[in-house]
Amino acid sequence: MSEHVSYELVVNGERREVEDGWLGESLLYVLRERLGLPGSKNACEQGECGSCSVVLDGELICSCLVLGASAADSEVTTIEGYGGPDGELTEVQAAFIENAAVQCGFCTPGLIVAIEHLLEEHPTPTELEVREAISGNLCRCTGYGRIFAAVEEAVNIRTGGRA
Amino acid sequence: MAIVMPGTLDEVYRALADEPEAHLLAGGTDLMVEVNYAGRRPPAVVGLRKVDELRSWRREGDDYVIGAGLTWTDLMSGELAERFPALAIAARTVGSPQIRNGGTIGGNVGTASPAGDGLPPLYALDATVLIGSAEGTREEPIADFVTGVKRTTIRPGELITGLRVPAVDGPQEYCKIGTRNAMVISAAGVAVVVDRLSRTVRCALGAVAPTVVRATEAEAVATRAIEWDAPTPTIADPTVHERFGELAAEAARPIDDHRSTARYRRHAISVMARRALLRCV
Repeated sequence: MSEHVSYELVVNGERREVEDGWLGESLLYVLRERLGLPGSKNACEQGECGSCSVVLDGELICSCLVLGASAADSEVTTIEGYGGPDGELTEVQAAFIENAAVQCGFCTPGLIVAIEHLLEEHPTPTELEVREAISGNLCRCTGYGRIFAAVEEAVNIRTGGRA
Repeated sequence: MAIVMPGTLDEVYRALADEPEAHLLAGGTDLMVEVNYAGRRPPAVVGLRKVDELRSWRREGDDYVIGAGLTWTDLMSGELAERFPALAIAARTVGSPQIRNGGTIGGNVGTASPAGDGLPPLYALDATVLIGSAEGTREEPIADFVTGVKRTTIRPGELITGLRVPAVDGPQEYCKIGTRNAMVISAAGVAVVVDRLSRTVRCALGAVAPTVVRATEAEAVATRAIEWDAPTPTIADPTVHERFGELAAEAARPIDDHRSTARYRRHAISVMARRALLRCV
């Protein structure tokens, strides 16, 4: 794969050009190193840790396992695509801070993306659904208890306490 | 062509005819790890993510034809999951939601790892691999298609397009074990299919031999013991399940490696095979 390739991605609603990239670059590398979007984190590079989670054409995936060039013309949503234009936090992000669900913070962007994606499909998830939804996101600091508390709070806020 | 992302099977075949050494890229959950870690450098890539024909299934007479591009997530629910629960259970044990959204059943068969979770259910279901190329199509029983550890009969220019699975009627189970519950590659796995149509019990073992293997003696014992004319298939003799587990363990040819030991794997097979049969009948 010595070839170089140029293509366009649609990232957080914006068309972005990747010029003369090396074919073997993962989507994660392209996002971080070529498009200036370092929110998605690079840890394991083999789909084990979930810290690079993004939504690709509506599906939650590990961006380290997607060949960047294969995502040409696909819609990518990264952690930078959540929240308001002036940096307002989403309810999930705010609940993470409120519940001390962030310690070192490395896993946080991937977790937020996974949880936002879960709540889009299941606005009032069961505990098992939450556990399964983040089973591919490793956190080595919190022990997950505070993360579950944050999800519960975010669900309560979004549903006006009806959940 | 460094990379092409065809939209149809014909375009895939043309791309492979132009560049037979091109690597096929489905969900990327195997290939990208090799690119990221092992410095793998395929000269060219044919991406399959946009080939809609691969991501569907259909009935063909008494058979189900399952598209190679169906992801683990696709297999976990819906009518296919009702027909082939062993495959649906196996799908749910793979990796994480992220991995299951990317990884495909065709990719699992193409990689042909003995630990591939899709393979034991497909062996127990007597699946046939459907292969296409610019020259035409061919079909091969999965046990012939997979020839060794990560080895298959696939030739340059060819593509796995799907799997043909004969209809079955009856309970099915898949059990696997690893070091933890989520995100784990199988140290051993067992699929059991009880089929009232053919009046057979089929049992396939994963991660305990160079390829998935059928436990034929265990199958024979259970097949003989079942009262097939009962409203639901039952086994009256309580010793059969134990014997089924022992015979399944005898069919295993496990090794010691970084994931487990041969001794533990054999023991795990005996327990899981017994348990899987108990859950079925």
